[in-house]
Amino acid sequence: MSKPGIGRSKGLNGWLLSAPALVILILAASGPLIIVAIYSVLEKGDYSGVRWVLSGDGWFRVLFEKDIFDQSISLADANLTIFWRSVKLSIMTTVITFGFGLPTAWFIATRPARARAFWLFLITIPFWTNLLIRTFAIMEVIRNQGILNTFLIQSGLISEPIQILYTDMAVLIGMAYVYLPLMVLPLYAAIDRFDFRLIEAGYDLYASRWQVLRGVILPIIKPGIIAGSILVFIPSLGAYVTPRVLGGGKNMMIGNFIELQFGQGQNWPLGAALSTVLLAVVLVSLLAYTRVSSKDDPHG
Amino acid sequence: MNTEIAVDARNVGKVYGAGASAVAALGDVSIAIEKGEFFTLLGPSGCGKTTLLRCIAGFETPTSGAIYLSGNDITYTPPNQRPVNTVFQSYALFPHLTVAQNIGFGLKMQGKPASEVARAVERVLALVKLEDFAKRLPTQLSGGQQQRVALARALAPEPQVLLLDEPLSALDLKLRKEMQSELKRLQTETGITFVFVTHDQEEALTMSNRIGVMSAGALLQVGTPHDIYDRPVNRFVADFIGETNFLMGQVDQGGVRIGTGDVLPVVLGTGQAGTVTLAIRPEQVSLGLAGTGMAAKVIEKTYLGTDTHYRLGLADQSHLVARVQSNSASAFAVGQEVSVTIDAQAVQVLTS
Repeated sequence: MSKPGIGRSKGLNGWLLSAPALVILILAASGPLIIVAIYSVLEKGDYSGVRWVLSGDGWFRVLFEKDIFDQSISLADANLTIFWRSVKLSIMTTVITFGFGLPTAWFIATRPARARAFWLFLITIPFWTNLLIRTFAIMEVIRNQGILNTFLIQSGLISEPIQILYTDMAVLIGMAYVYLPLMVLPLYAAIDRFDFRLIEAGYDLYASRWQVLRGVILPIIKPGIIAGSILVFIPSLGAYVTPRVLGGGKNMMIGNFIELQFGQGQNWPLGAALSTVLLAVVLVSLLAYTRVSSKDDPHG
Repeated sequence: MNTEIAVDARNVGKVYGAGASAVAALGDVSIAIEKGEFFTLLGPSGCGKTTLLRCIAGFETPTSGAIYLSGNDITYTPPNQRPVNTVFQSYALFPHLTVAQNIGFGLKMQGKPASEVARAVERVLALVKLEDFAKRLPTQLSGGQQQRVALARALAPEPQVLLLDEPLSALDLKLRKEMQSELKRLQTETGITFVFVTHDQEEALTMSNRIGVMSAGALLQVGTPHDIYDRPVNRFVADFIGETNFLMGQVDQGGVRIGTGDVLPVVLGTGQAGTVTLAIRPEQVSLGLAGTGMAAKVIEKTYLGTDTHYRLGLADQSHLVARVQSNSASAFAVGQEVSVTIDAQAVQVLTS
């Protein structure tokens, strides 16, 4: 038997109370997505914006291009290069942040309780600094007359500065630096819950250090690894500021390419279609994540 | 009989920290544990028994001395290269692996082929009677079942020595009793040397072939449960194992004159003279009607079922506890004057 009571009211009252949240959800979250989806199937306007005529051109141009003269259709190599670079750099960023993040998180989680707060604070400090400023700081380090090259030249290791700035490497360094905390924090949370006695149990049962890491530690902290990877991979894929500042104009990623369509390119439908593709990739990754993590948890 | 030695610890010491803050967890412990023996390290918490066990397992490196396993020096051998397995106090089962995978872990790490691992797992599962639980995860088992998995996992690789670190402390009384006989059965069936650590003297007495009593990082006495109980070497051992009356006295006329002026007949060891402590088990104190022995008065009486506990006041205000069978003809009331007799053979004379 259900009893009427506070918090159980169903009728009009409940709807009224949740109205502000619903409005925000519809307007702020779903609304823009719907607009983007609609724009992607419209015709490109003369200078910018869209003409309200249904067209598949935006989606067509995501992968293909039409020759201006003979109208022949071919794969848009430039676009594919940008997609591939985005995916490649995002995966590499994820791998690099994991490589640096795991020992870091392990180090923090094995400190005494009071010291942990201090180390975690240090890890999160960059969060309180503007992204643009951090990115310019990286630029200052890696540019030809920057700290790194100056040091290498003065110490006699190299005679000519290494060109790092405006290369994929620069974008990679920048993204790994920016997104490292997003990897460290979930890893730390997972390691913090890890029962370190299991390591002794592993050694006791003839496992080498490597086997303990692979067979005991990594499987148990896997939820943290997946969470960290998702948190790094998804924003990396859509990164805009870092590739723009450190990659220069030519080493574009999807984010920059999308911006280009809405700006100089004046092709809003293509930009909208690209945004939708990016969103789809993100959703698929998230779906894969929930699949993997729920399969692992027997109670889930 | 020429018994082989499984674990031989020679002058093992372990000091944590350095300089002024150094803490000695173990000081110069030597012990020889025979092959096929159920050996118990018994002592209060912090006595160093777990440290010694961890030194044998390889989780700790002794700061002095050496440990030999079947004649081989393993003092600095890493744990994964010692044919020794541990049953952890917390079980430390791998939460992401099934019962069967947990049990097969050691063999798999040793590089045994899958078919051999599977056969061994099946055999050990039967040994601990968990055949129906092979596919479960540890979190889906009760405490007692987890305990069995921990045992099975440590037994599966057929180690030379099985180390058990207070494995029964997390179980309730009934389950603990069951596991005690279970452990004893497994030890007899497998013939593996068991080194068992506990602070529970009853557990030690019922299960062990031999017991090593430890206190403050030192090994005080090694012997059979009988030796330890009947012939404790010092006051600590006598006090820690079972209940004991301690009476101070002076060696006098072939006996010991205690505070009341009475001379108790005892069996004196060579060279025992001056002030000594007498250790007397409550069950060795017999009571009779007043006038036949040392005078005492019943202060307190506790009925315990088969036995009755009497707290007695002696002439010098000191106390003595007697434990007599409840159905014995002589039952005494509180306040009643009684006489106490103690068999000379049952009195242990400890040099103070």
